Amino acid sequence: MIEIKNLHATVDGKEILKGVDLTIRPGEVHAIMGPNGAGKSTMSYVLAGRDGYEVTEGSVTYYGKDLLAMEPEERAAEGVFLAFQYPVEIPGVGNTTFLKTAINAIRKHRGEKELDAMQFLKLIRAKTKALGMSDEMLKRAVNVGFSGGEKKRNETLQMAVLEPKFAILDETDSGLDIDALKIVAEGVNALRSPDRSMLVITHYQRLLDYIIPDYVHVLAAGRIVKSGGKELALELEKNGYRDFGASEAA
Amino acid sequence: MAAQPETVEQVRAVTEQKYKYGFTTDIESDVAPKGLNEDIVRFISAKKEEPEWLLDWRLKAFRVWQTMEEPQWAAVSFPPIDYQDAHYYAAPKKKAGPKSLDEVDPELLKTYEKLGIPLREQEILAGVEGSEGKSPAIAVDAVFDSVSVATTFKAKLEEMGIIFCAISEAVQKHPDLVKKYLGSVVPYTDNYYATLNCAVFTDGSFVYIPKGVRCPMELSTYFRINQANTGQFERTLIIADEGSYVSYLEGCTAPQRDENQLHAAVVELVAMDDATIKYSTVQNWYPGNAEGVGGIYNFVTKRGACRGRNSKISWTQVETGSAITWKYPSCILQGDNSVGEFYSVAITNNFQQADTGTKMIHIGKNTRSTIVSKGISAGKAQQTYRGLVKILPRAEGARNHTQCDSLLIGDKCGAHTVPYIESRNRSARIEHEATTAKISEDQLFYCRQRGISEEDAVSLIVNGFCKEVLKELPMEFAVEAQKLVGISLEGSVG
Repeated sequence: MIEIKNLHATVDGKEILKGVDLTIRPGEVHAIMGPNGAGKSTMSYVLAGRDGYEVTEGSVTYYGKDLLAMEPEERAAEGVFLAFQYPVEIPGVGNTTFLKTAINAIRKHRGEKELDAMQFLKLIRAKTKALGMSDEMLKRAVNVGFSGGEKKRNETLQMAVLEPKFAILDETDSGLDIDALKIVAEGVNALRSPDRSMLVITHYQRLLDYIIPDYVHVLAAGRIVKSGGKELALELEKNGYRDFGASEAA
Repeated sequence: MAAQPETVEQVRAVTEQKYKYGFTTDIESDVAPKGLNEDIVRFISAKKEEPEWLLDWRLKAFRVWQTMEEPQWAAVSFPPIDYQDAHYYAAPKKKAGPKSLDEVDPELLKTYEKLGIPLREQEILAGVEGSEGKSPAIAVDAVFDSVSVATTFKAKLEEMGIIFCAISEAVQKHPDLVKKYLGSVVPYTDNYYATLNCAVFTDGSFVYIPKGVRCPMELSTYFRINQANTGQFERTLIIADEGSYVSYLEGCTAPQRDENQLHAAVVELVAMDDATIKYSTVQNWYPGNAEGVGGIYNFVTKRGACRGRNSKISWTQVETGSAITWKYPSCILQGDNSVGEFYSVAITNNFQQADTGTKMIHIGKNTRSTIVSKGISAGKAQQTYRGLVKILPRAEGARNHTQCDSLLIGDKCGAHTVPYIESRNRSARIEHEATTAKISEDQLFYCRQRGISEEDAVSLIVNGFCKEVLKELPMEFAVEAQKLVGISLEGSVG
């Protein structure tokens, strides 16, 4: 279980999160919606532990542990996964090498035996097949020359391989056309499971047509101002974020 | 996020244990008195039981050296070297020459074991009966403090007419070859350090591949500096006769020392018609500590002559060690259609300085050269790529492609590129590309979010950056080199 309590965070001295409260139980999918500048991406970075995002107040308890005290790689090893809005390119580093390094670092942290080349190959083949992806993407350098859709599918593949307990999807729909969006959403849905929670961050409702959340929260001006079921997303689509004190154009 | 005290502690621990090859072996040495004069040159020559012509050559070099001045043009700085305050000869005490590895000083073998040199462990290298042909072999000419103590695989090579031995042995057994080629690529008047080497070189490797022979194994020399205050003056000479092929590996680690140690080696390569020489180096000498104290001065002259038509010389280097590196492996493309290649990865961290690059001299028609240089700077290190591409009037149709990429880690290091291009033939085609990049915070965070520690992330990203060069290394070296890239940059971030 993930419990976020009264979370305040600043970036460059400016307070962006102003007291976020949120509880996510295993298996639940929560959507965070909100206007631009509401603090959505800040929230994902704070949870993942990025430098420069300073928590000034509040707590995040992650399966009984103090998440905020951990380094980013420890959080990853504990099962926190962030699917990036803009996945980063790493020239010269093969996707396979990257994934193998990542999974073995995580296994090592958990006291599990590292996978050898054969075991890893078997695993990754099974995962790509399950997601309906081609092996070709594995041979390329991490995200280099990938289309928007390919980048997001690559994030999904990483998630499938690393098997997180808590996945944060930051604006996964950005830069995707409807076909790409469907494919990525299918991949994400395939990863839904009773012991995996997800936090889906999005500006638009359309992603939630494909990844159907259990709960929807509206984040505005650094606070969760409204929570509800999946129907709240439709309401927002109709009325926009104006009711929550943010200008639509922001 | 503020650095946790634990993190600081961790980084410190990692940094302190960084140079894991910092140990010395206690072997009684036969050391020449400190200082440098004609008597010392004669002493070395006498120790080596050299013929008159070689002593004369050394003395000529010494006299020229006395008139020379240290080069000042490189972008490196260091306190003046007192050439009189060093020993110019040190040899492990000679019992009767070892006939097999069993007779080699066990201390020595222990040192190699610590370094992970597969001299003892690998049956194949030890020449254990029945082990031949099990896996691709490496022949090691182990240079320990200036004197070759063990050479493996000699018998097999001899069968094919290949000569692979210490250069001092070659002087005794193959004087005609040595006399013909020694100094034919790097003359004794060449430059300050090379000329000094001519006067006082102690040992090194000699390779001769006869006509039409493809050397069936990687020839490998591990250098190791072991005696305090002993400058190392290695001399390597490799000759590939018509239609032959050889791949040569050179790798070095040195024990931790407080005083700077000078290393001024000379490597000469000669490729005849249709011959190919591939020369690979992984250099990991003690770079000095994190404050910049100690470390090796690596002032090396490496040059290959593509004498014959269609000959090819390829240099691949991974330079991670030494306090100061001054090194420009070069190709003289004399034969028509000859090819020169230079693939380089240079990593400088803390206070390391490197001024390195290559020279491609196009003399023959349709000569081609490729330069790929990857420089990585971290800490307060300074690095310069210095390269010359020179096309002479007769070099009709010459081509060169140069690519120089620099990667910076942190904001206190520097990378500089100084390409010189001189073309005296209108048909020549010369291309130069250069890029400079930094490891971005985005990349590091992305890796860490996937569970990869910061140090491992840097190693991963840098290995990706160097990939083009690392893939040129023979398999045996590639793995070692990748590890080195990681080790050299430990403590460079955070």
